[in-house]
Amino acid sequence: MALALELARPTPTWYLLLGALLFTIGAVGLMVRRNPLVMFMCIELMLNAVNLTFVTFAKALDDIGGQAIVFFVLVVAAAEVVVGLGIIVALMRRRPGATADDISTLKG
Amino acid sequence: MVELVWLIPALPLFGFLVLLVAGRKLGEPLAGWFATLMCGGAFAASVAVLIGLFNEPEHERQFQQVLFDWLPAGSLKVQLGFLVDPLSITMALFITGVGALIHLYSIGYMHGDPKYSKFFVYMNLFAFSMLMLVLGNNLLVTFLGWEGVGACSYFLISFWFTDEANASAGKKAFVTNRIGDWGFMVATFVAFSATGTITYFANGQNIGLLDEGTIEGLAAVTATAIAALLFFGAVGKSAQLPLYLWLPDAMAGPTPVSALIHAATMVTSGVYLMTRVSPLLAHGYTWLPTTIAVIGALTALFAATVAVAQTDIKRVLAYSTVSQLGYMFLAVGSGAYVAAIFHMVTHAFFKALLFLGSGSVIHGLHGEQDMRKMGGLRKFMPITAVTFIIGWLAIAGIPPFAGFWSKDDILLAAFNKSPALWFVGFVTALLTAFYMSRQVFMVFFGKPNFETAESADHSEHAVQPHESPWTMALPLVVLAGLSIGGGALNLPFSHDTKFLEHWLTPVVEASETTFSIAGTTQTGLAIGTAVLCAAAILVAAQIYLRHKRAPIEPEVLAHAWYYDEAVSAFVAGPGATAFEGAAQFDRGIIDGGVNGVAALVRFGASKLRLAQTGYVRNYALGIAVGAFVLVGLFLTRAGA
Repeated sequence: MALALELARPTPTWYLLLGALLFTIGAVGLMVRRNPLVMFMCIELMLNAVNLTFVTFAKALDDIGGQAIVFFVLVVAAAEVVVGLGIIVALMRRRPGATADDISTLKG
Repeated sequence: MVELVWLIPALPLFGFLVLLVAGRKLGEPLAGWFATLMCGGAFAASVAVLIGLFNEPEHERQFQQVLFDWLPAGSLKVQLGFLVDPLSITMALFITGVGALIHLYSIGYMHGDPKYSKFFVYMNLFAFSMLMLVLGNNLLVTFLGWEGVGACSYFLISFWFTDEANASAGKKAFVTNRIGDWGFMVATFVAFSATGTITYFANGQNIGLLDEGTIEGLAAVTATAIAALLFFGAVGKSAQLPLYLWLPDAMAGPTPVSALIHAATMVTSGVYLMTRVSPLLAHGYTWLPTTIAVIGALTALFAATVAVAQTDIKRVLAYSTVSQLGYMFLAVGSGAYVAAIFHMVTHAFFKALLFLGSGSVIHGLHGEQDMRKMGGLRKFMPITAVTFIIGWLAIAGIPPFAGFWSKDDILLAAFNKSPALWFVGFVTALLTAFYMSRQVFMVFFGKPNFETAESADHSEHAVQPHESPWTMALPLVVLAGLSIGGGALNLPFSHDTKFLEHWLTPVVEASETTFSIAGTTQTGLAIGTAVLCAAAILVAAQIYLRHKRAPIEPEVLAHAWYYDEAVSAFVAGPGATAFEGAAQFDRGIIDGGVNGVAALVRFGASKLRLAQTGYVRNYALGIAVGAFVLVGLFLTRAGA
């Protein structure tokens, strides 16, 4: 019982583990999926995993800097969403059902 | 007032820039007047600097003005600076003075030319370059001017480039000059590596190449090498054997160009250079001055024999110029730098006069240059005739005209060096009197050999020679005056009348050869030469005026001893094979190596670019692996 309580206590380790898990899901998803929208969501997942790690460390180390950086990440992510979604929408209009592998004209 | 020296080259440069931008708008004759004004302004500035220099005590007559550090590169610090001393200011005076007169003359001569303003663009650029050449305080600024005058010479020889002959004459001048320029450049390198400086005289920042201390620390072989290489450059620029070839062809340019560039100023820059570095000549082995004297004497004789048989009015003067330049190098080689500069100045007066006079004749005859089709012109062109005759007497060495005094100085120095050299110079003097008389008699005396309005049956071919406008006549009159009185610069009568010698003494005293020849010998040589020159004129009169004897004009002389043909044949024959071989080497080995490296890089790149698949997932994998490797590195390092 005590062990269960001890394990259930929200220590930084849990948050870091969760962040690492989310990041891995995102990274693997980015590499294995072909749908541009899904790949996009994977990137968002990775960003937020990093955010979570930042906040955890900010709390654990009692340093406000980590939380401040999260705001920057959020703002940049929002801007990136606008551009990225715009590109995806434009792409889907021209070639419905296109996957990320279809747009490989920059290959060497 | 010596601080005004920057104005001397700045005014022609300003004129060049203004005419370059707005020359066409100014048009004729404003562009010409503007260019003349700039050159005249430079002359006024030169006079101001001269007065400033004159007020200094004799041994403090040296002033340097540094405008800015031009090339600060390691231990090489080249300044853009000017050196004012009696030598450079003498050069600047006659360059701007004669230059302004020739600019004025060109206003009339170039009348109606479609490229009127462009002509003056080049003329002002030339004046600027020439002034940089003589006023520069180090070898590199002089070289800047040296190349500048070469480029202007090229532009102006091929000024009427629609004619194939003119264009190739320009190319010939340029290429031949480049051979000499090689010597100048290598001399600069040698000077820098041996002494660590290319500045002539010490100023705040640099030690001086020609300062006594530097010269004494220099091995004789190095001093000789530098001087010999510079002399090689001078041979090209001043049209000496064996590189004189370009000068006779350079007459393809407009006549004022021949007068300014190819008679009075640019071709004398080699003599200036030799005089400037005379301490090196004096410090080196004695075979070098002897070689210079021999080359000068041979060139003088060679060109004088060729001039005897030329029929083109300007080619006679061109070979005459080569011959007179040979005299100047004879003087330099004999250690008589004052005599060389003296002859340079008087030659600038009378040869510019003769060229401008011939231009006036050509102008009056609507482009005719063949002397056999002239004759009797003194009735039609009195001013041109009188001034040309003055120039003729000056170059023929008849006292009291300017040429007599300067030529006499040179012959005396040559006599001191070696009687054999004196004899070559003496024969050249007789030939000079002969061929110039031939020219004067053929052009201005005798019966007209062109179809005048009165004699012509078919009047559309008739030529009515006319006197030139005042802009052309005035320079002729001024130069004629200078050709008469120019000798007064350096009269040999007593120690006090040698003004030029006193003036130049601070510059050349360390290197000038002093000699004493008995007064009676001196007088005897001078009078003997003058009398025999007069005799040569009489002989010419017998042949060309009274037609008592048939002219002696062998084919071999008309063809300049076939030297030009021999060089052309060599360049076209065995030379071409050698050049072709060099070109093959260039294409095969050098270009092949360069292209091979490029091909290798291209092949490698074509393989390497396959790594760019264009699939986002591959890139993501690359980033992930890279991140893992980096993190792994940091972790292991942190442990270590």
